[in-house]
Amino acid sequence: MSKVRVLVGTRKGAFVLTSDGKREKWDVSGPHFAGWEIYHVKGSPVDPNRVYASQSSSWFGQVIQRSEDGGKTWAAMGNKFAYDGVPGTHQWYDGTPHPWEFKRVWHLEPSLTDAETVYAGIEDAALFRSGDGGQNWEEFSGLRGHGSGPHWAPGAGGMCLHTIILDPKDPQRMYIAISAAGAFRTDDGGATWKPINKGLRSAHIPDQDAEVGHCVHHITMHPSRPDVLFMQKHWDVMRSDNAGDQWTEVSGNLPTDFGFCIDVHAHEPETIYVVPIKSDGEHFPLDGKLQVFRSRSGGNEWEPLTKGLPQSDCYVNVLRDAMAVDSLDSCGVYFGTTGGQVYCSSDAGDSWAPIVRDLPAVLSVEVQTLP
Amino acid sequence: MIRVELPGNLRTLAGVKGEVCLDVVGPATPRSVLDALEAWYPTLLGTIREHGTGERRAFLRFFACEEDLSHLGMDVLLPDAVMQGKEPFLIIGAVAGG
Repeated sequence: MSKVRVLVGTRKGAFVLTSDGKREKWDVSGPHFAGWEIYHVKGSPVDPNRVYASQSSSWFGQVIQRSEDGGKTWAAMGNKFAYDGVPGTHQWYDGTPHPWEFKRVWHLEPSLTDAETVYAGIEDAALFRSGDGGQNWEEFSGLRGHGSGPHWAPGAGGMCLHTIILDPKDPQRMYIAISAAGAFRTDDGGATWKPINKGLRSAHIPDQDAEVGHCVHHITMHPSRPDVLFMQKHWDVMRSDNAGDQWTEVSGNLPTDFGFCIDVHAHEPETIYVVPIKSDGEHFPLDGKLQVFRSRSGGNEWEPLTKGLPQSDCYVNVLRDAMAVDSLDSCGVYFGTTGGQVYCSSDAGDSWAPIVRDLPAVLSVEVQTLP
Repeated sequence: MIRVELPGNLRTLAGVKGEVCLDVVGPATPRSVLDALEAWYPTLLGTIREHGTGERRAFLRFFACEEDLSHLGMDVLLPDAVMQGKEPFLIIGAVAGG
């Protein structure tokens, strides 16, 4: 019988949650790296027992960890993320130039085809690659050097490159997203990049057609249709049918279109999930009711999913990397909250149950479906 | 032999318990002690000193013999009691919280 392994990054360590295909009984292991912030944990699609974790701390900096046994034991890898050349400046919150400075790794994306290759999205925003399993890191400086870099500015959480999507059909194509610069695409393996932000509308920037400056919170894609992207922006849920060249709003009947996470069903490319959050000033669900919204039409028509979720006095947030799906026949959907709960739905969102209730604030959730 | 006391999180990262004892080549300074420490425990690279600049990370402090050595530079000689192994060189995480 298949199994699932849920990799959870929190403010105070990493946790590994495992279950069989029924997803009813769970084993919880952790905290790994107790006391450290774990921004992201993700396994290699090529070798699922190889798992990478981003471990960081304001005191002690960045550590990259790697496991060869599915998260049971770990070894520290290389943590030197040196910008290529003289990094220059980006915009600070007040519009003044500010030197580019490495702060932490937000997202680790293992290669779809090579277990030794892994990509890292960092703050201040840049994309790095390791070809030796995380020991050594090199920057894709064509992104930061695209020309608009001096105009990028941090969002409230910092100027982070938080989303990396690898195109399963075209190894030369990747998508990334930066708060608050926007989304970018490479079609030549990372040598050059173009902003893909047409159609986005953001009240916090004066020029709505600006090439950069949009606060993209997360992007997702179904592997069978790599040209179709779904985005949760600061406000607005968006869709692109041409690899990001043009975006259309699909917020439709959502009660609020602010939010952080977005994901797509493993077997239904038009079924997408978001967790609406009240506003950018109030990072919690509307009316204290935790609701996942599902669209089966690729956006615009949304239905609330509430069975098993708290419907009163709930004031948690669900962060950008804290939702994931498994690929079992009945697609599992998972998300973690800043209140330390990790919820699982084994029926594509129709009903939910907590796997754990009292972890530290959850920063990221990833799922591996194992044979 | 220089005794070094690490913060708990770095002891776990390095896989050590209690103090670390190091042979230091040449005069004992924060730099030479950290060079020896990182040579024995390479997982600590970048966690006490910044990669690139080699400067002390902002939220860490160096103490010895009830003195704060943090702002005396990486090449200040450590007190005799530290060089003689009577007192540890302390790497401290700055206090934060409420």
